[in-house]
Amino acid sequence: MERDSHQDGAVQSVDTYDPPSETILPADTLATSLSLLGNHTFPDLLEGNSVAVEKEKSADLHLSDVTPKEQGLNEEISSNQVKKLETAKTENSECQSNESSQPEDRETEDGDMDNDRSDSGEFVVTMLAKAKLEEQGIGVKGRSSPLLEAGTQESPAFMSHRDEDVTADSWRKHRKHVFVLSEAGKPIYSRYGSEEALSSTMGVMMALVSFVQSGDNIIRSVYSEEHTMVFLQKGPLVLVCVSSSRQSEQQLRGELLYVYYQIISMLTQASISRIFEHKKNYDLRRLLAGSEKILDGLLNLVDSDPSFLLAAVHCLPLASSLRDTLSQILQKAITPNLVFSILIAKNQLLTIVQEKTVIEDTRLEPADVHLLLNLIGASSAFQAGEIWTPICLPLFNPDCYFYAYISYLDPPECTVCLLLLSTDKEAFYAVAECKRKIEEAMVAQNSLSLIAKAQSYSVSQVGVSDLRHFMYKPFDVPDNYRQLTQFTSPEMEAPYSSDEEKMRLLDLYRYMHSRIHSTSRPLKLIYHVAERETLLAWVTSKFELYTCFSPLVTKACAITAITKLLRWIKKEEDRLFIRYPPKYSTTPNPSKSSRIFLNPLLTLVGLDRH
Amino acid sequence: MEDNLPAVPGGAQRHSVTLTRPVQTLRVKMVLLGSSGVGKSSLALRFSKNELRSTSPTVGCAYLTSVVHLSDVTLRFEIWDTAGQEKYHSVTPLYYRGAHAALLVYDISKRETFIRAQLWLKELEKQYIPGSTVIWLVGNKCDLDQDRQVSVQDGLGLANERGLFFTETSALSGDQVNELLLAIAHRVYECIGVQQGGLSEWQEMPLVNVHHRHTFNPFASCCKVGP
Ligand SMILES: Nc1nc2c(ncn2[C@@H]2O[C@H](COP(=O)(O)OP(=O)(O)OP(=O)(O)O)[C@@H](O)[C@H]2O)c(=O)[nH]1
Ligand SMILES: [Mg+2]
Repeated sequence: MERDSHQDGAVQSVDTYDPPSETILPADTLATSLSLLGNHTFPDLLEGNSVAVEKEKSADLHLSDVTPKEQGLNEEISSNQVKKLETAKTENSECQSNESSQPEDRETEDGDMDNDRSDSGEFVVTMLAKAKLEEQGIGVKGRSSPLLEAGTQESPAFMSHRDEDVTADSWRKHRKHVFVLSEAGKPIYSRYGSEEALSSTMGVMMALVSFVQSGDNIIRSVYSEEHTMVFLQKGPLVLVCVSSSRQSEQQLRGELLYVYYQIISMLTQASISRIFEHKKNYDLRRLLAGSEKILDGLLNLVDSDPSFLLAAVHCLPLASSLRDTLSQILQKAITPNLVFSILIAKNQLLTIVQEKTVIEDTRLEPADVHLLLNLIGASSAFQAGEIWTPICLPLFNPDCYFYAYISYLDPPECTVCLLLLSTDKEAFYAVAECKRKIEEAMVAQNSLSLIAKAQSYSVSQVGVSDLRHFMYKPFDVPDNYRQLTQFTSPEMEAPYSSDEEKMRLLDLYRYMHSRIHSTSRPLKLIYHVAERETLLAWVTSKFELYTCFSPLVTKACAITAITKLLRWIKKEEDRLFIRYPPKYSTTPNPSKSSRIFLNPLLTLVGLDRH
Repeated sequence: MEDNLPAVPGGAQRHSVTLTRPVQTLRVKMVLLGSSGVGKSSLALRFSKNELRSTSPTVGCAYLTSVVHLSDVTLRFEIWDTAGQEKYHSVTPLYYRGAHAALLVYDISKRETFIRAQLWLKELEKQYIPGSTVIWLVGNKCDLDQDRQVSVQDGLGLANERGLFFTETSALSGDQVNELLLAIAHRVYECIGVQQGGLSEWQEMPLVNVHHRHTFNPFASCCKVGP
């Protein structure tokens, strides 16, 4: 676990000792805790009999489902050396201490970035730095050939990132860089700095990818003292992340996958493949021109919104009666080929209803919802009227377009947004008519003012004094089987009010998450004493839970608190979650017509033609 | 039919002010085409709400409405403000099909947008049914006269050569914007409205799919994304 070694910034020896404050609760510790619990109900702990392990299926895990496989942890705990088989990685293994409570200092070295690149592990970064120097002479050549669209110079805010001097130190110090390039090494997207200015940097990256490929291998990551560089190749696209955020490789790869999917959502996988089959060195920026903002927005969200980390959707808490009313309103305003009706407020989900026959066996993936929410949040374009646009839901089908009708219901404030997805590109007028029906019904029921009152909740409502924050993600249970994966989380309040503190808490969660989901040594329960707070992460077959307590909380207290918290969530779940996402059928005889219905979906929306 | 222009939510209610005698309301489909950033959305917003707002690049297509009262008829413009970004080019036929008016918008301070407008014209002419579409060349951002890269003569010349109407506007200052919409209304009514079945009548509940007279498959063209 290279993460851990990162924490001791200065230490470079191979056998870095793990931050001692980390307590992996082994079975006996838990038993002690349990005995402390007395007759408290803690069913999942008892049932699992010990700390168990959750294995990850693949690198794509963040976007797919977690299949809990319970295993004993006993050997894992004793195995101190964890080696990973990354290509070109500076190997750092670590020891795991079981019992110790010396507070670690994770924060101090976060800020200062050491520019000394003598370490051999820095070679890529050095190469990249060299590459940058070499192209200083090139300057930024304008993007605007007559053939190119002139759409890239719109927003000044977004220009500032593009305009960044890629040779400056400040550019290097960004916490997380993301680059997208084509297999031919052509730049497609860079989070900071213009792609032109970075073209030789990306060339170096591609050279690296190809070099490893030529040895029949795949480059996955490069580790240096300060940076983790993660590669993801998807079809003709190569995505690279250079991060100093201390996130795990899996998490970073998951984020790259979101970036890939956002690109797919605009262009579809089929058309990207076709383009590059046709012309290997095609400049995909032509097609992405103007969409950089959407990718920028996505990456900002990925950093600041735990929905992406948890691969779950966060809905706005709402009295279940009101949510039901809204769902019914949506369900009554339907038309053939309308498959999803989604209501969003303050960039959070209010409700989703879906046509039954289309997706009887396919659920809407959280990632697809995230991409939609990001698209709507990243652009003010949707405030301009009623939008009708092709859009692909990559996890639903990466090669097909839906047609999305998007309109705000409360102009000019524009906080409540309606999204109607149809498989019929000609259905605009019919779908727009649905919106008018929805609007009328919402006026009649005074829904908008009720929605306006809805807000996220405070952790104080839970009534556990030491609890500062939590994230709770239930897994499939019988009554939400095949429903959207959701999680609930209170507002981040003091001491996590500032952006820096919010980010720090999220980083702690990311760290806990990476431990829980480690491929080499997954954990089921982690009690982590940090300097300014104590965290407890716990995954069972029913849920995944991350909690943050004040630093002085005892283990026993934390466990009692969690019991209370779980009870509270149970009590409030109708308000916290979309409980029974309703499905409806536009066809009188669903069992018969489902096939007939699905076919036009694939052929009409399909893109297999040339 | 009748005199009342019902308040359509999000639609044209602001225009439904004082109408005293019964006149027919006809639907006009108008599409705005042109490079990204030339000001199509800004123009559309002026047409529809006489507002000026900072805009983001359009996603797909924005649908707005605007009502224009002529002496003996009311025209309800259904404005399809298309996205100029190249990734949407392949789907644009979906939006311009069956349009009664097409505005080819360019930015007088960017030569390449004028060239792009001519490409759109070619594209439109492939589908062109004479007498069914009023095509208008619009040189926007005429407030940027100091940065002008396309002269008035260039615009006029192209318009004359290809039989288009031509106007220079500024969505920023509002210069010539209302005049343009009114002129389009007159032209459309003269050229198409008088024909039998040229313009359909508007009812509060528009007939679904009333616009889909031509039935080629736009998805065929949707596939030729790329070079
Ligand atoms: N100076 C000046 N600027 C204008 C004018 N019209 C629009 N703009 C500006 O040009 C930029 C782009 O305008 P939009 O209306 O969004 O352009 P668009 O053609 O809709 O672009 P896409 O939706 O990407 O196709 C905005 O910053 C507008 O404020 C104008 O008449 N004069
Ligand atoms: Mg626009």
